[in-house]
Amino acid sequence: MEFKDYYKVMGVARDATEAQIKQAYRKLARKYHPDVSKEKDAESRFKEVGEAYEVLKTPEKRAAYDQLGQGHRAGEDFRPPPDWGAGFEFSGAGARDSEYSDFFESLFGAQGRAGPRHGRGAFHPGRGEDHHAKVLLDLDATLRGGTRQLTLRVPEIDADGRLTSKERVLNIQVPKGILAGQHIRLAGQGARPPGEGAPGDLFIEVDFQPHPLYRLDGRDLYLDLPVAPWEAALGAAVKTPTPTGTVDLKIPAASHAGSKLRLKGRGIPASPPGDFYVVLQIALPAANDDKAKAAYAALAAALPFNPRANLGV
Amino acid sequence: MSSSEDQALPGAIFEESAVLTVKDLSRMCAVDERHIVEFVEEGVLNVVEINTTEWHFTGTALRRARLALRLERDLELNLAGVALALELMEELERLRRELKARR
Repeated sequence: MEFKDYYKVMGVARDATEAQIKQAYRKLARKYHPDVSKEKDAESRFKEVGEAYEVLKTPEKRAAYDQLGQGHRAGEDFRPPPDWGAGFEFSGAGARDSEYSDFFESLFGAQGRAGPRHGRGAFHPGRGEDHHAKVLLDLDATLRGGTRQLTLRVPEIDADGRLTSKERVLNIQVPKGILAGQHIRLAGQGARPPGEGAPGDLFIEVDFQPHPLYRLDGRDLYLDLPVAPWEAALGAAVKTPTPTGTVDLKIPAASHAGSKLRLKGRGIPASPPGDFYVVLQIALPAANDDKAKAAYAALAAALPFNPRANLGV
Repeated sequence: MSSSEDQALPGAIFEESAVLTVKDLSRMCAVDERHIVEFVEEGVLNVVEINTTEWHFTGTALRRARLALRLERDLELNLAGVALALELMEELERLRRELKARR
């Protein structure tokens, strides 16, 4: 198990005051919060920061960690001493949904965390609580619908009171036309209540993996379509992939790079259906033989053309 | 440990049909009903007008309420801060779309 330097994670000195730690947490939380952040590793960084803050903001945990941490460096192999924890009493604080690292669990274990389910269920006694999950689907799932096998991590409290997770594999018929941010609701697939009563529901929030060809924007799809300069200038009919198959797309004469062509109703088949946009890109033939060079030279001779006219040069 | 269920479960798009009450949202988000009412009072959640005495929400309120709760908890924001953050996030999203459309 790796030793974690919580001070380093938070970017604070070992003698930082509570106020400094709080300030550092808020700054880092805003930076890495998965709902707000565009950083690539936002989610894992946010978890790390949350765990560090959980220890450093709680005086008993911080004192215990400090005593233990003397002489250890981040990343070093680490085992807690056998008499670890004697003389400290940890009270749980802050309900969280995510798991802490093995390092945290080995130090503070069950006592160190408030039950993530703390107080829940009390809102509607007799009924199991609802579960929430988030999945990344392929775009085809919404374009055509169909069954997908999803692997969800379900948090569980084990016999020692530690929060662990187990894998749950579900086969789900994905509804055609579902959009990113929408939910699939599976009635009765949430938690079972401790006693008698109906189980809760499972809500699966959907997002999509990047598609090799299409960009998704709400219910609309975008495709960058390369065309030859003469196809853009003179107009042409070109083969274009769409989610419902290849079509012959008419490129109007005098099109230019960035021209947008709309195929109405050929986006995500939601209600109402989205549109399919083709954005033109001009691809230039390589001038790597005499014939091509001669053709470019002839074009240059024939056309008085200054592409930099509006730059004033 | 893993458990598998062989039969494909039929999934429906929750947002398309759901009309939610304060009680529904409270259960789905595992928070007190009072908390949902506060979200409405602060303008975090919008009530859709339906001819009854009870408040009703569209299905999209679930995602918004859960997002608001995460911001509240993780960033230690108060309600006004959550409302402001949501408004700014929406504005950012709108501007990003506009930028994308112009390119």
